[in-house]
Amino acid sequence: MAEDFHHALKFKYDLCIGCSHCTGVCPTSAIHVEDGHPVLDPNRCVDCGRCYVACPMNAIYIEQDDFQTVYDYQYPVLLVPSIFLAQFEEKIRERTILSALLHLGFKYVYEVEKSVDFLKEYLRRDMEGGQAPCEKPVISSFCPAIVRLIQVKFPVLVDNIYLSKAPFDMTAEYIKKSLLEQGVKEEDIGIFYVSPCAAKIAAIKSPVGEEKSPVSGVINMNYLYSKVMRVIKTGEYQMCDESVRFHRLSKASITYPLTGGETKMLRTGRNLAIDDIHNVSEFLEKVEDEDIQDIDFLELRACDGSCCGGILTAENRFLMIERQRKRMQKCSEEVDAEDNDLLNYFDYLADKRHVGTVEPRSMDKMDDNVAVAMQKMKRAFEINQNLPQVDCHLCGYPSCKALADAVVNDKAQIQQCIFVQRAMEHYDLLTPKEAHDISAKVWGSKKTDPSIAKNLNL
Amino acid sequence: MNFVYHVEGGDFTNAGSTSSQVKRMLKKIGVSPEIVKKTVVALYEAEVNIVAHAYRGDITVDLEEDHIKIVLDDEGPGIPDIDRAMQKGYSTASQKVREMGFGAGMGLPNIKNNSDSLNITSEVGKGTRIELINYFQ
Repeated sequence: MAEDFHHALKFKYDLCIGCSHCTGVCPTSAIHVEDGHPVLDPNRCVDCGRCYVACPMNAIYIEQDDFQTVYDYQYPVLLVPSIFLAQFEEKIRERTILSALLHLGFKYVYEVEKSVDFLKEYLRRDMEGGQAPCEKPVISSFCPAIVRLIQVKFPVLVDNIYLSKAPFDMTAEYIKKSLLEQGVKEEDIGIFYVSPCAAKIAAIKSPVGEEKSPVSGVINMNYLYSKVMRVIKTGEYQMCDESVRFHRLSKASITYPLTGGETKMLRTGRNLAIDDIHNVSEFLEKVEDEDIQDIDFLELRACDGSCCGGILTAENRFLMIERQRKRMQKCSEEVDAEDNDLLNYFDYLADKRHVGTVEPRSMDKMDDNVAVAMQKMKRAFEINQNLPQVDCHLCGYPSCKALADAVVNDKAQIQQCIFVQRAMEHYDLLTPKEAHDISAKVWGSKKTDPSIAKNLNL
Repeated sequence: MNFVYHVEGGDFTNAGSTSSQVKRMLKKIGVSPEIVKKTVVALYEAEVNIVAHAYRGDITVDLEEDHIKIVLDDEGPGIPDIDRAMQKGYSTASQKVREMGFGAGMGLPNIKNNSDSLNITSEVGKGTRIELINYFQ
């Protein structure tokens, strides 16, 4: 078994009330409840962040590097997705935001999408040339939650993943190269990526199909938004010179983080853009079934509204999309190397744009041994047929099917199902006390405390 | 393990549901992605053939530790000349059907390419029986 995935999503058990809302929304059934708290299966979780959004207690947090590490470097560089700017109201100008970022201690600020024109060129060469770069439909590897989803849930499709690095990786490579050329020492360069989601963080901490990311640290987008807002509101920054500005970006670069950003770059073929992980799952199921054929390219993104819907963005996604579109309208179609120095590094970046192979790591496999797996599958099928299919979560698992699978893997007992409990009590196979204790094991002693009955004056 | 699935001729809405279910089982027992894919391609093609051409059919799936055997039995028009039908590009589809992009004569060859063992028997006016086996190693 390959090393576990790194996960950026963590639970705060002191805040968690064990409501299990996270369990129900997980697209890979990675969460179940034990002793009143969620337990994450690290081999299933794809860091999409649906649980983070669903949690009513803010008991799920996204790890980030200590902001102080920015000051460990002589050349701290901020690598920020263009949608970062779309979080701010129109009255806050780009130059104000940039000034605030520089005030926070960054020596340079670059937008991630600086490398989009470079990637566009290669995407067109790969897709519009004679030979597809991999199996069709070619699936974009831009969204790391989708890459992981394919690994665990649709292993048949791993060969369809387009093995190209994402814009943040390419821009980071460029930043490093250009600073080294200016004589800056490698150990003095600190590249800090601002992430709109958990999946990007996880991808940097344990890259799939890549050795090491050129990014030195990650800052959560909402955290930096708050920091910038504070600087702006207190007015403690120095407004930077007119000549200091964000680099000009092309229309395609600004569109890139929105749904359709990649497919719009292609001029030929059947190319589809789908956002929201549940929509993507539904579609990939059909692709895997051979039900959908003759598609050339799939742009798939885990969040509704693509990166503007990232769980770490501070503003409503619809407003962000609107602002991003407005900015796009002001941009020109093409930007030359004078405006975007990265384009001078075409050949250098071309050597670095590929990622290694992505391995399947099926979450559905019931056992490493086929014979044992078959027995387990058969038993789980029989158990599931006797379960109520209510998917009530009261056993601690997201569905009856998930409970049946857990039972055959000795991770749960069938008596956790309250319908089974009732049936067993009916035949005196279980005492009410025993049934209570089983539920207490799942939901914790607090929720199942018999004094609840007294408190309710029953 | 044995499973039987019923397929109704003409029910294009549910065409492919058997291959989808078989796919899920193969994933659960840890069959390699290449073999899952191959089996899905062969079964999907054969399943859709029943939906498109036959009145009804049964698909019997026999899942063993080292292989899967699938038997598709249909009541339908049958295939008059199996050898010819197995040739790439041979099709009985009318010009009208071909213009719509169907009937390219790749159906049976595609099943053959994606199965380790294939046996087709047919009786005109009665039906067709397709037996295919894929090994996991």
